[in-house]
Amino acid sequence: MSKIVAKTGNEAMAEAMRQINPDVVAAYPITPATEIVMIFAKYVADGLVSTEFVAVESEHSAMSACVGASAAGVRVMTGTSSQGLCLMYEILPIAAALRLPIVMCDVNRAISGPINIHCDHSDTMAARDFGWLQIFSENSQEAYDSLIQAIRIAEDPRVHLPTMVTTDGFIISHCLDKIEILEDKDVTEFVGQDRKANNRLLDLKNPTSVGLLDLQDYYFEHRVPVAQAMKDSKKVILEVADEFAKKFGRKYGLIEEYKLADAEVAIVALGSTCGTAKVVIDELRAKGVKAGMLKIRVFRPFPAEEIVKALGKVKALAVLDRSDTWSAQGGQVFTEIRSAFYEAAQKPKMTNFIYGLGGREIDLPQLHTVFAALKNIDKQPVVQYLGVRE
Amino acid sequence: MASLKELSTRKDPLTGGHRMCPGCGAPIVVRQILMASKDPVVVVSATGCLEVSTTIFPYSAWTVPFLHNAFENAGATMSGVEAAYQNLKKKGKMTEHVNFVAFGGDGGTYDIGLQSLSGAMERGHDMLYVCYNNEAYMNTGVQRSGATPKGANTTTEPAGKVGQGKVQWRKDLTEIMVAHNIPYVAQAIIGNWSDLTRKAEKAFAVRGPKFMNVLQPCRLGWGYKPENTLELARLAFDTCIWPVYEVENGVYKINKPREKKPVVEYLKTQDRFRHLFKPGNEKLIADIQAEVDRRWNLLLAKEATK
Repeated sequence: MSKIVAKTGNEAMAEAMRQINPDVVAAYPITPATEIVMIFAKYVADGLVSTEFVAVESEHSAMSACVGASAAGVRVMTGTSSQGLCLMYEILPIAAALRLPIVMCDVNRAISGPINIHCDHSDTMAARDFGWLQIFSENSQEAYDSLIQAIRIAEDPRVHLPTMVTTDGFIISHCLDKIEILEDKDVTEFVGQDRKANNRLLDLKNPTSVGLLDLQDYYFEHRVPVAQAMKDSKKVILEVADEFAKKFGRKYGLIEEYKLADAEVAIVALGSTCGTAKVVIDELRAKGVKAGMLKIRVFRPFPAEEIVKALGKVKALAVLDRSDTWSAQGGQVFTEIRSAFYEAAQKPKMTNFIYGLGGREIDLPQLHTVFAALKNIDKQPVVQYLGVRE
Repeated sequence: MASLKELSTRKDPLTGGHRMCPGCGAPIVVRQILMASKDPVVVVSATGCLEVSTTIFPYSAWTVPFLHNAFENAGATMSGVEAAYQNLKKKGKMTEHVNFVAFGGDGGTYDIGLQSLSGAMERGHDMLYVCYNNEAYMNTGVQRSGATPKGANTTTEPAGKVGQGKVQWRKDLTEIMVAHNIPYVAQAIIGNWSDLTRKAEKAFAVRGPKFMNVLQPCRLGWGYKPENTLELARLAFDTCIWPVYEVENGVYKINKPREKKPVVEYLKTQDRFRHLFKPGNEKLIADIQAEVDRRWNLLLAKEATK
């Protein structure tokens, strides 16, 4: 039987890792992801998992060791956040190009400087172009469920790409939440064993060379399949989600629509803010405002078609970004959504709110402000900062 | 040590036509070290001459499993490979012994990769890390490294009207590795195959982290005729500018030249030191000789205190 327990986001992710029981974990502590590593290290010390835990001396080495272990042909996981993720940046695209299905618990946190330990999405968004699948979570339950699904998605031969599942720093990572934990044997069965790895460095009878110098003649041909796999991964994500729903009851998609069917004004958000926004939308609906929300669960691959389809009939749209591209053209989510709508016959007028940098609180009144702005969408600037003192 | 006849039957880890420069010492390092392994080997290489030259897709000169990840992370990458192996072994999915060997140039080892190497050694992974040390960043065109000797001309610390090449003494990486208290550390040269292979055999015989720092003359960066590679390495040994020794569980054992030659004999053979022989630079050569003597005597003292 599954059980309902109270767990923080970090505890939920560590619990999923225990149940997945990966062959190798290489990780380095960083706030607010440290607990995932600590809890998992205790599981290793208590013999609850059969994992080889490599307590490396940096995140750069964590990702490097993950690449080595995954290329050796075993199941590999890690966890990090913020500066730690930044230190991994050099190796993240190597993991993707080598088609290594490493799965990462990534706790979203602002990047320095100035140094800050609280939530925004700058770290993860800056990693959006490295060929990793990126799945955001609204709460601990989603993080737990997505981490289990991520193993299957990443290891699917149609995908074979590394995958990060993210929670919001402190808001999810450190807050107790009621979640349903599956039975160990159900997780074991769902994730399966002996994955068919792309690379098997330890196949001594068939020696292979991995990570070769790839120049003008072949590099392009080796990069484009990453784009194709990313495209194909949408189908796999949905298949795995369907199987998960059939077995365990909770259904996931690339996006989640909240009261969008007849919505005239809507927002787009990712992560924990979606929970807050649902309350605001309910309040507005009670007053007769046709408000709705599109939650992006999967940011890579980017569900452009699904978003255009879901938001086409909305009149005014506010895209909420918890990070900035510093291009003066808006955050990552906004620029991609605007781009997705370029050829759409029917599209909402839209504005971008960049909010919550460095953990700045996003509360109900602020989200009401966003919806109020949509009443005068023609007067809104393309990009605006929400909740910042001027 | 295995007989030469036996060694000659072992699998060559590199094919011919590997695209290293004529006279390059790096393939000699690879062959003479891997030849010492009677068990299967798995190789990781840092970015560098060895990696770019032997692995231009769609070709690979490696006949053994080979992985390249990036420049500064051969130690960490091999940590992951070795951890995967230990896990498979624990679960009974692999049974045979494998020797894990990471290769890095002096750039990837002394400088950018030092942290990754130090971490891997400290954690005790069962691997041999080999620095093929040609004393500069040769792959990118002879830039200075922490291994470059004082006075050498490099493209980032060139000899000019005012400057006389590298100002600093080189970092003593082998002693840094000794300070990690790992079971086996050796400093060696190419040009004495039996000693190099014997040291590698010793390294493979112990479980845990091992480190070897092998001087590998680079005809392009050092400026000499390609046929003189091995001779130059032996001259480095004979002048004690590159002492050959091993440290087994903290105990030093030095290979001593029959006759310690003056360092000038070594310096005069290479273009990179040519400017040192201009009038006015006599003191620089004397300084180099004094430092070589000081370090050599220090090493002898370490051997003496058992």
